[in-house]
Amino acid sequence: MTTTAPTSHRELVAETARRVVAEHPPASTPRDEFLGACFDAGLAWVHFPHGSGGLGVEAGLQDLADSVLQGAGGPVPFAINPIGYGMAAPTVVEHARPEVAAELLRPLATCEELWCQLFSEPGAGSDLAGLATRAVLDGDTWVVEGQKVWTSLAHRARRALLLARTDPDVPKHRGLTYFVLDMTDPGVEVRPLRQMTGAAEFNEVHLDGARIPDSHRLGEVGQGWRVAMTTLMNERRAIGGGSSRRGSGSIGTALRLWRERPDLRTPTLRDRLTQLFAAADAARLTGERQRVESGDRPVGPEGSIPKLVGAELNQAVYDFCMDLLGVEATLYGSYDPPDGVDDATDETAGAGDVQRAFLRSRANTIEGGTSEVLRNILGERLLGLPGEPRTDTNRPWREVPRG
Amino acid sequence: MVEFEFTAEQRALREVARDVCTRWSPEAEVRRLMGTPEGFDRTVWRRLGADVGLLGLAVPEEHGGAGAGLVELALLAEETGRTLLGGPLLGTVALAVPALLAAGDDAVAAELLPGVLDGSTVLALAATDDRGTWAPAQPSVTTDGGTLTGGQAHVLDGAAADALLVLAAGEQGPALHLVDGGAPGLTREVQSGLDLTRRQARLRFDGVAARPVGSAGAAADAVATARRTAAVVLAAAAVGSAQRLLDSAVEHARTRLQFGRPIGSFQAIKHRCADMLVDVEHARSAAYHAAWAADEGTDDPALAADLATVVTTEAHLRVARGTVQVHGGTGFTWEHPTHLHYKRAVSDAALLGGRAAAAARLADAVLEPA
Repeated sequence: MTTTAPTSHRELVAETARRVVAEHPPASTPRDEFLGACFDAGLAWVHFPHGSGGLGVEAGLQDLADSVLQGAGGPVPFAINPIGYGMAAPTVVEHARPEVAAELLRPLATCEELWCQLFSEPGAGSDLAGLATRAVLDGDTWVVEGQKVWTSLAHRARRALLLARTDPDVPKHRGLTYFVLDMTDPGVEVRPLRQMTGAAEFNEVHLDGARIPDSHRLGEVGQGWRVAMTTLMNERRAIGGGSSRRGSGSIGTALRLWRERPDLRTPTLRDRLTQLFAAADAARLTGERQRVESGDRPVGPEGSIPKLVGAELNQAVYDFCMDLLGVEATLYGSYDPPDGVDDATDETAGAGDVQRAFLRSRANTIEGGTSEVLRNILGERLLGLPGEPRTDTNRPWREVPRG
Repeated sequence: MVEFEFTAEQRALREVARDVCTRWSPEAEVRRLMGTPEGFDRTVWRRLGADVGLLGLAVPEEHGGAGAGLVELALLAEETGRTLLGGPLLGTVALAVPALLAAGDDAVAAELLPGVLDGSTVLALAATDDRGTWAPAQPSVTTDGGTLTGGQAHVLDGAAADALLVLAAGEQGPALHLVDGGAPGLTREVQSGLDLTRRQARLRFDGVAARPVGSAGAAADAVATARRTAAVVLAAAAVGSAQRLLDSAVEHARTRLQFGRPIGSFQAIKHRCADMLVDVEHARSAAYHAAWAADEGTDDPALAADLATVVTTEAHLRVARGTVQVHGGTGFTWEHPTHLHYKRAVSDAALLGGRAAAAARLADAVLEPA
């Protein structure tokens, strides 16, 4: 197994990135123009085919491209359009018709069109394949009825990845179809969903006669689950991938707090922080090792390890921070964000916002695959343990109890 | 060289190590050796050295070794840990040889290393005090210039050693001394161990003739280097043992039926196995990172070694406890091999200064850096 990209590919990526930076100086180039140049040069997703924002080289070389582009002051498009860059693009490039991919990818890459993901429903969380939103074909247009929830960025997104039921009379996994939805359609209504931090990072999305041209279907009718797997594995990697720098992320917040506040230190807290550091660094090194070992192969079920570990570690680290802060931890800045809508995540929160990050971290073990589901994936797909006996897989979806 | 990317040579070495360890250390042999005084088979040890050439992996070529590094040694250790192969890997290869090389005494090295590398000489590093404290500031063995007096405990592979490198306090401070295993005045007693697959000894020196090795000033650093090297080897061995435990727990969970289904289909068992998998993966990353840090400077080698100790000892213990639990009553029996690895995990966590001391050094390095 070769895990290293050929030197010629490295040179191609580095040379292309340097050329883009030279021809479009980030400081004086509008953001969408710079990102468009990156897309046209094949640096948006280097492993994508030529013409689709890629160069057809190893995915591992993306870091090299990003370090040149962002090192020169270029924007971080993943931070602006995370679902677009992390999940939508890989799904679109793999499953959309070429002319549709051509229409969708460039505005995604320039961040002129932000993306969101319409998967979870009030009645379908971990059991995503049991979802109830219906799509019915009317001529060459699909008409969608239902409700989605936990949709980040829905209030700003132009497009959505949508998973809907197109056949209720077959077992649940077989009756799903995957679409790209235009969020400006009059049948789409977005309502903010307030969370325990006070912010409304997520939304409910009500679909009432929303219309989708059949050309915006990804994959075959009834094959939606298979397409969704592309998205979900990329989601787990996007959430859990973490940084490769020692002491970054939540453990960095804890270490900074420890250094800044000698007045709060106790021996038992010091022991706890040491254990947390060791766990965080082992997780970081495991991420590094997985990247080296997987090389240019697609992410497999092992991608669930960083997500599982990162989520639980975040919670333990913020628990520690709260204990370190002592009675100061009982204070909270404000539960009313200025505009009622707050996209802040624990990653963007500053040191003064430990309490908010602490509350936010409760969601880490739920969003993007609960820790329970991830442990099932590790147990069943990596270790080969048998699944739970199932009562729903061979019955028509219509007959499975829901509630 | 990219960290975590094994070369073709390293992958071939792993195959060889796996093959010989599997062949020469089946469970029945491990159990037989547990009952012998030395705890290992000298014929097997000589074959590992003379025939397969695995005992000098990390020894420079000018000293007759393979000139490879700690990554290679870690690959070997992982396989010995997986199979609980008996032998003085820790005492001789991981501790005494690095100490000897670091002491910089070419004459003694030239004398001892050929026998060590071909497996005919067992060399031990005696750098504890009479309570077993690792590298004490005040050694409990003293020298008057010619002979050694005092006692030491918890000397790894100390009873089987044909020669010993002894840390003793002299006029110029602590220095290493070479002592013959059969020297008059030296009494050795195997300490009855919790882990029956490793041997530790109590040593008594009563005017034992000794030869200084290297300069007194170099001894402390040589012992520290040896401890760090051995910590990485111990960490890699823990990875092999933990992986073996996980494999056995998973196999049992797949095949053991209760309530009409494999117990591994219950999430209570499955999720425990998933956590054990994460532990094994983290242990592997930390152990090999430490090896790469030592060989290639990808990190501060001391920090990486302490991190490896903290991560692998915790992981090994958790995986061992989990494996006992998944096996149910069977896991508590003498007949089942789980307890051999469990005792390895418990014992290893306390060796070479122990995991608490490693955690304390790690904390000093990371939490309040100068």
